[in-house]
Amino acid sequence: MTQTELKITPLFNAHQKMGAKLVDFGGWKMPIHYGSQIEEHHQVRRDAGMFDVCHMTIVDLRGCEVMAYLSRLLANDVAKISDKPGKALYSCMLNNDGGVIDDLIIYAMDSAWVRVIVNSATRVKDLAWMRSQLGTSAVDLTERDDLAMIAVQGPNARTLAAEALGDEIVGAKQLKPFNALLINQGAANERFVARTGYTGEDGYEIVCSNEQAEAVWNRLAASGVKPCGLGARDTLRLEAGMNLYGSDMDETQSPLESGLSWTVDFSNEQRHFIGREALEKQKTSGLKYKFVGLILNGKGVLRAHQKVIVANEGEGELTSGTFSPTMQKAIGFARIPMAAGEQCQVQIRNKLLDARIVKLPFVRQGKILVQITTIADK
Amino acid sequence: MSNIPQELKYTKSHEWVRMEEDGTITVGITEHAQGLLGDMVFVELPEVDESYEAEQDCAVVESVKAASDIYCPVEGEVVAVNEELEDAPEQINVNAYHEGWIFRLKPNNPDDLDNLMSAEDYTALVEAEEH
Repeated sequence: MTQTELKITPLFNAHQKMGAKLVDFGGWKMPIHYGSQIEEHHQVRRDAGMFDVCHMTIVDLRGCEVMAYLSRLLANDVAKISDKPGKALYSCMLNNDGGVIDDLIIYAMDSAWVRVIVNSATRVKDLAWMRSQLGTSAVDLTERDDLAMIAVQGPNARTLAAEALGDEIVGAKQLKPFNALLINQGAANERFVARTGYTGEDGYEIVCSNEQAEAVWNRLAASGVKPCGLGARDTLRLEAGMNLYGSDMDETQSPLESGLSWTVDFSNEQRHFIGREALEKQKTSGLKYKFVGLILNGKGVLRAHQKVIVANEGEGELTSGTFSPTMQKAIGFARIPMAAGEQCQVQIRNKLLDARIVKLPFVRQGKILVQITTIADK
Repeated sequence: MSNIPQELKYTKSHEWVRMEEDGTITVGITEHAQGLLGDMVFVELPEVDESYEAEQDCAVVESVKAASDIYCPVEGEVVAVNEELEDAPEQINVNAYHEGWIFRLKPNNPDDLDNLMSAEDYTALVEAEEH
């Protein structure tokens, strides 16, 4: 694909002015960093940073049968939030074989309106699948490509956002984690503010019109929120133990072997969500793999697709990996044999290097949650 | 346009080469290359006393973003490596042409150095890549 065919977000001009290094990101021209990916990572862990996430797909579902529709469409149970206006829920959308079509967040704004945010790279197939499952449901599906989204993340993100946007986001201060609020409904300065994110830090995801996105971005910058690229977003989500669709799970993988069992709700036996039968069969026949965090004991960098060797148990594979700026260690996610204990080896080029198996996440809210060094380390 | 010192030689795979007075050469990656890779977090150095062929991969630099092979500019034997990079790989970002040097090589055949690119040729290569 040549550069002229890449899509740009409403923040493209702002990125250029701020010195962004722009790359092809799934067909979008997006900032990878504005100078140093590592500094941007620390900025979010220690203060506040903002990300252009306009490439993500926003879908509004409206109609009196929206909850019934989602109850079948999603592996997590919308009933958890259907009578809690503004509450968010993370879920997988599965195919009939129990493979993951996408992971998404839904916000139940009222009994007849749910906002859904899905990934950018999966947009076309997600929309096609969601439409194909509508049947005769009284649900109207609208893609909101008229809307922009900015994620403001970090321990000071909410305070700085309040300073920058003032009464535009009034009421957001009282938002509880994983809740959203619609402000100035119907007006040009309508704002959808959600206390969600993909970094493991507190903050907001702010949705506004494409026309107003650059002004919102510049006002946040003027209050001291630093622009951060998608590079830092990836290291932040990895430290926070958050899956990336296409790397950590896809249509060939089960959520039960992708660290997402907590998002699959079997509790209501009457709820026949798509993929349920396949997942129940997997559970009956026994899961073969578990999804874990790895920390490389020595120097090096973990990367997706490196081979993991568990003594006497078999092999697995890294699904994501990086160098953690917070821990100063190589970290990653891996799908490995269920019986693996605490130690494994990772093949990096022609060497087998020792790594430790840990429970995710690695880092939340600026705090390291795993033991970094082992006795074997010097 | 990034800094491309006139006195150095270059390869098409973005290594720089400095001719030392003792007949050895010092090798690193160019400022342009480090800029493409971003923040360096790990360097796998070549073995001292090990011989490598021209264009053979002999070291690896890894940024947060990606791993990248370093190719030996000419056939020869490694006589020294920059061990400081093991604890401070970011020196490549800070100063690619000095503190960021990676290894020193004794070329088997000094004439091979004539095959390396001049600063002008390398500048043209970088400009072509940027468009």
